[in-house]
Amino acid sequence: MFFLPKHRRRAEFWEGVRDQGTVGLGIAAWGLMTGVAMVKSGLSVAEALLMTLIVYAGSAQLAAVPMISAGAPMWVILAAAFCVNLRFVVFSAHLRPYLMHLSRWQRLATGYVTGDLSYVFFARRYPHPGSTAAETAGQQAYLAGNCAVNYLAWMAASLVGVLLANAIPTAWGLGFAGILALLGVLSSLASSRLRIVSAGVAGAAAVAAWALPLRLNILVAIASAVAICLVLEKMPPGDPSAGARHV
Amino acid sequence: MFDVDPWTLLTIVALGAITVITRGFFFLSSKPWTLPRWAQRGLQYAPIAALSAVVVPEIVMTQGQLITTWQDARLFAAAAGGLWFFWRRGVLGTIVAGMAVYLPLHVGLGW
Repeated sequence: MFFLPKHRRRAEFWEGVRDQGTVGLGIAAWGLMTGVAMVKSGLSVAEALLMTLIVYAGSAQLAAVPMISAGAPMWVILAAAFCVNLRFVVFSAHLRPYLMHLSRWQRLATGYVTGDLSYVFFARRYPHPGSTAAETAGQQAYLAGNCAVNYLAWMAASLVGVLLANAIPTAWGLGFAGILALLGVLSSLASSRLRIVSAGVAGAAAVAAWALPLRLNILVAIASAVAICLVLEKMPPGDPSAGARHV
Repeated sequence: MFDVDPWTLLTIVALGAITVITRGFFFLSSKPWTLPRWAQRGLQYAPIAALSAVVVPEIVMTQGQLITTWQDARLFAAAAGGLWFFWRRGVLGTIVAGMAVYLPLHVGLGW
């Protein structure tokens, strides 16, 4: 939770701020276009502001707004948002050992503010949970720094987008800056041959499974990429078919 | 433009609850429990897979169809961004280089 002063006193907090700062521009551009899109898809300005402040999950918001405008049943909208957010369930399984020393409310608050890129940066920086109190506190501070930049850049840009919705043409395609930010982070994660395989399999599977409802193609892509990498990892080194073994 | 439909408000609050539940799904229980070993190993491949699954369709698909033309600003912007990253290793530069290619092609040429 980035508003706690105990995090801001640690150097790791500012390291997190600097790391997330490299993608701040992309997050802001994406937030801006999400704000614009919500109003253009039929929410009132007040509703779009409330949604920005309460939901804080861009892809789920973009999925939900057209359904709200079309008068879809609430359970269908909530089920769709849950499926779009399923990747966060995977992330929470990964982050659990890093956060279990906190109380339940603190864990849930930390989870609520941890978006895609904060999770990715955190997982890249700390492959293993801390074993001492100082290590754990440093890890929390690093995560908090990332979340602070992500939250502020997203919120500020998104609120501006809602208010300026009718002045910014969606045809400019400024939201593509968000995709470029994700592309940069993706490249920074490509640190082993198997991870490159994972990216290739997931990208191809997400395109091939696009027709699935509720953006379930993303989940299918993650599951198939991880499964293939786990199989390749097991191949013995002498096997000629093990060209992509773990490096 | 400032009207709030009560049903929409309720939906928005429920969507906020969905954010909390999904992001904190495995934080809800306090019981000791650890992921099986294979799942822990598999998780090192999950972040890059998740990003790739989001990014690749946004670059090579339009309206649910694989694009059939090379005259698409996104292809050149992604290539420029990728080249920048492998040259200079910066995410900010990736965004700037990509958008510097994207905007002229997209807004100027309509690709």
